[in-house]
Amino acid sequence: MGDKIIVKNLDLFFDTLQALKSINLRIKTKEILSIIGPANSGKTTFLRTLNRLNELIPYAKLKGEVYLDGKDIYKEDISLPWLRRKVGMVFALPVPLPRTIFENIAYGPKLYGITSKAELTELVEKSLRAAFLWDEVKDRLNESALKLSGGQQQRLCIARTLALEPEVILLDEPCSGLDPISTAKIEEALHELKKEYTIVLVTNNTKQAARVADRVAFFLMGELVEYGQVEQIFTVPKDKRTEDYISGRFG
Amino acid sequence: MKYNERLIQSGLLITAFSTIAILILIGVFILKEGLPVILKVGIKDFICGVNWSPIEEQFGIFPMIMGSIWITAGALLFSLPLSLACAIYLAEFSTPKIGKILKPTIELLAGIPSVVYGFMGMVILFPLIRNYLGGPGPCILAASIILGIMILPTITSISIDSLQAVPYSYREGSLALGATRWQTVKMVVLPAARSGIIAGIILGVGRAVGETMAVIMIAGNAVIIPDSILDPVRTLTTNIALEMNFATGEHRQALFATGIVLFIVIMLLNIIANLIAKRKVITK
Repeated sequence: MGDKIIVKNLDLFFDTLQALKSINLRIKTKEILSIIGPANSGKTTFLRTLNRLNELIPYAKLKGEVYLDGKDIYKEDISLPWLRRKVGMVFALPVPLPRTIFENIAYGPKLYGITSKAELTELVEKSLRAAFLWDEVKDRLNESALKLSGGQQQRLCIARTLALEPEVILLDEPCSGLDPISTAKIEEALHELKKEYTIVLVTNNTKQAARVADRVAFFLMGELVEYGQVEQIFTVPKDKRTEDYISGRFG
Repeated sequence: MKYNERLIQSGLLITAFSTIAILILIGVFILKEGLPVILKVGIKDFICGVNWSPIEEQFGIFPMIMGSIWITAGALLFSLPLSLACAIYLAEFSTPKIGKILKPTIELLAGIPSVVYGFMGMVILFPLIRNYLGGPGPCILAASIILGIMILPTITSISIDSLQAVPYSYREGSLALGATRWQTVKMVVLPAARSGIIAGIILGVGRAVGETMAVIMIAGNAVIIPDSILDPVRTLTTNIALEMNFATGEHRQALFATGIVLFIVIMLLNIIANLIAKRKVITK
């Protein structure tokens, strides 16, 4: 399998603070790459560079290159809506838009021009099914999305991202606020989604990384300490710091 | 020490409640002064009567009501696009640097005395209207433009506050779904801020209805029912201000009665604005 995303010598500064230090990383097509590391290690920041969301912060400065299918996404001729449709993102806190369940999912597709009601309905159902939410909400698509439980809202946000028909899905600690049952449902969904999408999962939960990931990258203080197959990282890490972290000695 | 504490607390309580007392006193006073003449003329004839001539004891305030409506509607028509554009730009698109200059400037507009606005209207708008549109100058159009500028800061700053109150995560979520910034504003931020913006508009309307000095100077003050925006009109407020000096007897009571109508309209507007502002984001 080829490389979906290649990150080369990526540095990111917030004013004078360096949040990412010379990151070099390759993300393979249709794998789940899990990013682990303690708080403030740059995991989320790294994730947000992959669909250029850090640009919303006016004092963020970036150096280096990020390639998606061989194209540098920081080149000027890249359209942000195009990029964000290809590289979808699910946030740590689920934030449904203040609209109905149906409209939340149909929002993205409508933006890029799908107007046919039948097409939208089909897309909404497909996305909700893929996010393992369809059975719970199929009778209440016209209710406000804000009425859903936390776990349902997070799966709604995943469905909303899937409706864009992206190629890469970025997930930023999607289970951090959820109970074990909701977490299990999302992990189940990830296993299915892997067949079609490239997934980058940031998680604070090393066990979750071990359960769902193909490969794991360990970040510490803005540095990528090491990355490799999940078995290798969790059994014979090359770096002492990785070993300390996964065995729970800090973090 | 404890005694002191209680003294201060009850002192503050009394001060706070005295504002309610003032409101009630004013209400009772104008009702007492104005109600008899309304009852004598009859509510319907007072509000719908087209003839206002105090010497013949004709007290119909319909022309003034129309005047207030015309001018307020005109002001809103003029002000709404401007203030919404200002608010959207400042809340969503401007850099912090520009915002720091622009927002206080817009708020400064609210600090200009209304007589200065009236003066500007006379000196600048009258000649323009005379030369390009005809008529003597004082008219609904002139008053609407000046009032529109006067209510701009009210609508703009309340709209900015309600736009900024929309959680940042809504914007981020929308942008991450491939929306452009304008699509995000149009489809997510504006609907979420809708109730606050409407409350701001209603407060602006209240301000326009209640404005007196600038309107006296530029609306022309003729007691007629207008049929074009170049006609001069008299509003409810200016009717009181113009005639109170020399009014006696029933004439004076009729002016108080005009005040009752104004009082009720503005109270209603404020109550509606408060209700809408309190209402949560509509989720349909």
